[in-house]
Amino acid sequence: MKTFKKGGIHPPENKSTRDCPIVDMPIPGELRIMLSQCIGVPAKSIVKPGDKIECGQKIAEAAAFVSAPVHSPVNGSVKKIEPTRTPQGIWQESIVITTDSENPVTNPLPRTTDEIETLSPDDIINIVGDCGIVGLGGATFPTKVKLSIPKGKSAEYVLINGAECEPCLTCDDALMRQDAEKIVKGTLLIMKATGAKYGIIGIEENKPDAIKIMSSATDPYPGLKVVTLKKKYPQGGEKQLIYAITGRVVPAGALPIETKCIVDNVATAYAIYDAVYNRRPLTDRIVTVTGKGLSNPGNFRIKNGTSLDDIIKFAGGLPEDTGKIIAGGPMMGRAISSLEASATKGLSGLVILPESESLRKPTQPCIRCARCVSVCPMGLEPYLLMLQADVKKWDDMAANGVMNCLECGCCAYTCPSHRPLLDMIKLGKQELRKKK
Amino acid sequence: MIIGFSIFILGVIGIVAAILLFIAAKKFHVFEDPKIGEIEEILPGANCGGCGFSGCHAFAMECAGAKSMEGLVCTGVDAEGMRKIADIVGLAPAVAQRKVAIIKCSASCENRDPRNRYDGVRSCAVEASLYQGESDCIYGCLGCGDCVNACPFGAMQLIPGEELPHVDLEKCTGCGKCVEACPRNLCELAPINPDRPIVWVACANRDRGPIAMKECGVACIGCTKCRKVCPNEAPDIVSFLAHIDQDKCSSCGECIKACPRHSIKSTGDISD
Repeated sequence: MKTFKKGGIHPPENKSTRDCPIVDMPIPGELRIMLSQCIGVPAKSIVKPGDKIECGQKIAEAAAFVSAPVHSPVNGSVKKIEPTRTPQGIWQESIVITTDSENPVTNPLPRTTDEIETLSPDDIINIVGDCGIVGLGGATFPTKVKLSIPKGKSAEYVLINGAECEPCLTCDDALMRQDAEKIVKGTLLIMKATGAKYGIIGIEENKPDAIKIMSSATDPYPGLKVVTLKKKYPQGGEKQLIYAITGRVVPAGALPIETKCIVDNVATAYAIYDAVYNRRPLTDRIVTVTGKGLSNPGNFRIKNGTSLDDIIKFAGGLPEDTGKIIAGGPMMGRAISSLEASATKGLSGLVILPESESLRKPTQPCIRCARCVSVCPMGLEPYLLMLQADVKKWDDMAANGVMNCLECGCCAYTCPSHRPLLDMIKLGKQELRKKK
Repeated sequence: MIIGFSIFILGVIGIVAAILLFIAAKKFHVFEDPKIGEIEEILPGANCGGCGFSGCHAFAMECAGAKSMEGLVCTGVDAEGMRKIADIVGLAPAVAQRKVAIIKCSASCENRDPRNRYDGVRSCAVEASLYQGESDCIYGCLGCGDCVNACPFGAMQLIPGEELPHVDLEKCTGCGKCVEACPRNLCELAPINPDRPIVWVACANRDRGPIAMKECGVACIGCTKCRKVCPNEAPDIVSFLAHIDQDKCSSCGECIKACPRHSIKSTGDISD
């Protein structure tokens, strides 16, 4: 069984929604679609209040190379364009759409097999760009940029990330079990677009059903296979996945293409399938909503722009003893301060933690046990980086490789003194980015 | 006998070492202007950087070699101290306007309900990088005291129960360390004169009026009332937030009376 070498931890899985099928959430009457839905420049609105819009119509266009357009998930009309709070409570521009309640969704005519056969790699990349597809693992990097291989480089492997190493989340697992063939077709499209010879789908051992279903779906294609990965966090990290599957090491500060690999999430492969075969832009995604006190947790297909409040109501309403709501997984996700916020392309899960589990433990002095050093998958020294951040030695942090940190949180998880290692490392990274 | 021998050997080693040290001291002697040391005695030694140089020693060196004291002002010493420094170098002292820090937020806990609880690192910089903060206002004071920790003169302190920093005007030298430290840019240096207090808008909320009103009990809503009553047109309103131009302000206090949100503060009593 394959895995990455350095560091890693084994947090409890808590994947209580693992057997839940994907359920379509009812379309709400009003959608607030954020303009900033990818890492990079926010999209630019191309509609005015009062405009009638159709399902799948582009409502905001990409504003730069690293940017992705945004599409309407429903038929309806633009109510207004105004700032909405993000899950972290910061104001950002959004388009408010009133749904046409009688006829909310229309599907475009799918492409015929002949049409798909004749698509060139560039055509596929353009479709991916036009459909606003971004990395759905959570980082929301525009997929078009990832697939456009720089001159002089080439791709050999397309690695599809089905590791889902975050505890609690099961959205990729559910998708693999339900739509294996579509993911495989999406993978073939990525291979065609990038000229890669092999496609490998990496799945952690704790998803036996998904491994079985994906294996039988990849069987007919000689270039494709499924690799079982050991259960270890952060197996789904880009660099960790490349090492686990191919044994190649991405140099510090370099992109995965240096090792002739392209890594995409299973949900991204599915979105690419949907865009190319069905002409459907990326307007919905699967979100795991889970938590001990929830009466109806599960994996829901949610329209872009649905308010988080509605999602939690659909999952049974907020339990009494809620302490924190985390957007994303419990390891890398961020606590939400505002439920007025709406779902974006990057929302992989909502984890509701009871009060008793959500509070931080009191910080104690560092005892130099070096547990943080032994679990860091990038081979950094988190305790040292934190000391340097405390005295604002940003340049020393850079010299110790802080920019290679993938913010997986293993160090803070494992620290017996409950020191806020990751918070201080993130602060250092932020200060260094500001200085550039 | 042995004792005498030991004393002799030690004595010889001592004399040789003394000669070597004497030669080394002559050979590697670095001449430093004695004025630098004298000036440093007067300086506070906080290395705050408020003068624009990297520390007190650098400032003293600059003064000792200066042809004019123009632009060379230590914010940490008073006028008397600056006169002494000028005497040492034999120049006329530069006169600088004394400045102090003001905090552009006055929202204590009772004016601004916390809607969530922050239990992370007690650092404003970390909190600001994570999210909006404990209340609805994304511009206001976070109350973790980065400015208090940054102040080299102990002039700032968090008021318990209010979670707002308070500036001790006697101790503040206007070095600007807090201005750098605040991730929300709430500290500003304002000129202060003994005869008139500073009047300023203690708010940084740039949201539209109705939103600002909901977010905080003392948020400036950009109603322009302060500008209408001001005889000198000192308040300027940009993105729903008033800012008083200290050069135009005469500290008459009309705006404080007119402000419906009580977001304008002054450093002392306003007496016409």
